[in-house]
Amino acid sequence: MNGADAIVKCLEKEGVEVLFGYPGVAICPFFNSILDTNIEAILVRTEQNAAHAANGYARVSGKVGVCVATSGPGATNLITGIATAYADSIPLVCITGQVESKLLGYDTFQEADITGAVESFVKYSYLVRDVKDIPKIFKEAFHIASTGRKGPVLIDIPSDIQNAAISKFEYPEEVNLRTYKPTVKGHAVQIKKVMNELSKCQKPIICAGGGVMLSDAREELRAFAHKYNIPVVSTLMGISAMSSDDPLYFGMVGNNGKYYANKAMNESDLLIMIGARVADRAVSQPDLITNNKVLIHIDVDPAEIGKQVGPHIPLVGDIKTIFEDIEKESFENNFSDWVNTLYSYKEKAPKRKAPSAEYVDPAEFIRILSEKMDTDAIYVADVGQNQMWSCGYYISKNGRFLTSGGMGTMGYSIPAAMGAKKACNDKQVIAVCGDGSFQMSFMELATMQQYDIPTKIFIFHNGYLGLVREYQHKTYKANYSVVDLSGSPEFSYIAKAYNMGFKKLENMDGIEKNIDEILAEDGPMLIEVMIDPMDTVK
Amino acid sequence: MKRLYSVLVENRSGVLSKVCGLFARRCFNIDSLAVGETDDSNVSCITIVSSGDKRTLEQIEKQLNKKIDVIKIKTFTEEESTSRELMLVKVKYTKSNRREIMEICDLMEAKIVDKSNKYMTIQICDTPEQTSLLLQMFSSIQVVAEVARTGTLALQKCSAE
Repeated sequence: MNGADAIVKCLEKEGVEVLFGYPGVAICPFFNSILDTNIEAILVRTEQNAAHAANGYARVSGKVGVCVATSGPGATNLITGIATAYADSIPLVCITGQVESKLLGYDTFQEADITGAVESFVKYSYLVRDVKDIPKIFKEAFHIASTGRKGPVLIDIPSDIQNAAISKFEYPEEVNLRTYKPTVKGHAVQIKKVMNELSKCQKPIICAGGGVMLSDAREELRAFAHKYNIPVVSTLMGISAMSSDDPLYFGMVGNNGKYYANKAMNESDLLIMIGARVADRAVSQPDLITNNKVLIHIDVDPAEIGKQVGPHIPLVGDIKTIFEDIEKESFENNFSDWVNTLYSYKEKAPKRKAPSAEYVDPAEFIRILSEKMDTDAIYVADVGQNQMWSCGYYISKNGRFLTSGGMGTMGYSIPAAMGAKKACNDKQVIAVCGDGSFQMSFMELATMQQYDIPTKIFIFHNGYLGLVREYQHKTYKANYSVVDLSGSPEFSYIAKAYNMGFKKLENMDGIEKNIDEILAEDGPMLIEVMIDPMDTVK
Repeated sequence: MKRLYSVLVENRSGVLSKVCGLFARRCFNIDSLAVGETDDSNVSCITIVSSGDKRTLEQIEKQLNKKIDVIKIKTFTEEESTSRELMLVKVKYTKSNRREIMEICDLMEAKIVDKSNKYMTIQICDTPEQTSLLLQMFSSIQVVAEVARTGTLALQKCSAE
């Protein structure tokens, strides 16, 4: 047995079924050993997409996503994908090949200091120096990635270590890291304080973030809100924590959020942030959210508490576990007046101006599409106007809404949808992207076809980098600079080239029937959705 | 506000760089930094003096705690600490200023640890303030040729334990 065999054995021990990767000489021993297992290795078309695919896979499966690249450019190409996962706390184990140990530090061909380069985007990283350390390192890496605040861990393995003989393979039963003991259980005194505040307040609101999804606490959140009639808003990463038709859900907050969601948060007298970072796009002036209200901040990462704003009651721990403990407590209060006030805000909300009838209205299109999708379908939004329309008009049921929230990485949707589909082959998976973001990662259509991973990809075609154009329209008086995408290919030819189904939607005529037909198709499909080039999110 | 952090870390390659990188990317100040092995050869102690507002000082501790190579952090104010800094100063002397240099050494309890017919190296081990004061005195008479300082080493006062 050599190091590469040991790595594969570690992956088997961790229950890895699929990985996304791209080989090169420095990682060839590993790719040779992977042939001897049932682990499926999927060849992506560029390394960044291996990390995005592992990201989509991790988010849907609840397991750790695995991506593999070679040394040098293979490893550096992974970085954007690693940073994307880090910003959204997605658990990944990223394996990179490295030049031979004896050549490290000599600027060898395809040598890159990847552990140094990713330091600010990983939870932890390893450079393996001894083949005997492989089992311990992998055990730790999977543990670190998937516990506490989840995130990517990188393991860099020189090729000679992969080839070195290992006499005995013993996978550790447990991890014992003296420096890493994440808090799971919330402090009982703090939980009592939360209940006490809830019993005193009149206008409570819960703001649910991505942590609710990462902790698999969606059902617990919904049950808690309903037990006490507490309204809920969400951040972008918290979309799909609540169902859109839930009378207690008031939409996404933030600068692209719902008017009434922001109003609800501002007027509340008790704000409970759950698994949310209080980041700039959700809360533009963090200092103000403690004005005239009590702030409770629940998060698994103690460093998030007080990073933007000092809460009155911090509560550190795993969200699901905290909900389980909260369930054992109770309080008496009646919030029906407050909830009724929020309904009235929702009714009075300004309606979106319908765009030109010559084109598809993206907002209405997303509403109808997500309404017609299966209740447990996966909707992957890219980045740009398509993302903002998606988070505004997507109808959440019991499925998942995936997007690159923290990093806002264009090109995320296609590889992430591919990874998501690998995690749930029986479910409907669709990606929505712009004509800009599509062209950042449409090489993965080949991967989807090669491995039979059928998804539906909707391209919102407006001929512009729409969100930047919209920004330039407002900020630079329509002085458009480097946002024109008129050189784009004929998308029907792309579909044909990749042997996929294709449909072009010019306007809203027969849109319901068209969407029904698209969703009824079994195979992969590219759908070009024509959008008014001048349409705006706001 | 100044604050001292005594950070026990795993004695592995790259750990110092991780700690410094954290300070750089989150725009935390490093006023001084000193590193050395502890009584346990697997553990190093990094002593960092930083400054900033209350939020920053709290974030420094929390972000350091997130680092998996960080074992334990003790943090205290200057008043709560016993702080020392070692400095070596090479001064260029002449017959006319030799007396004055030696008087300064006497006054500051600094020691001459190396000398030639033109230069002397003077050692001081004192609080960071006294160390800086000695340097100022030599600078004012324009004799400083070279300086090496360790950065502040600090432990929490015994009475605080």
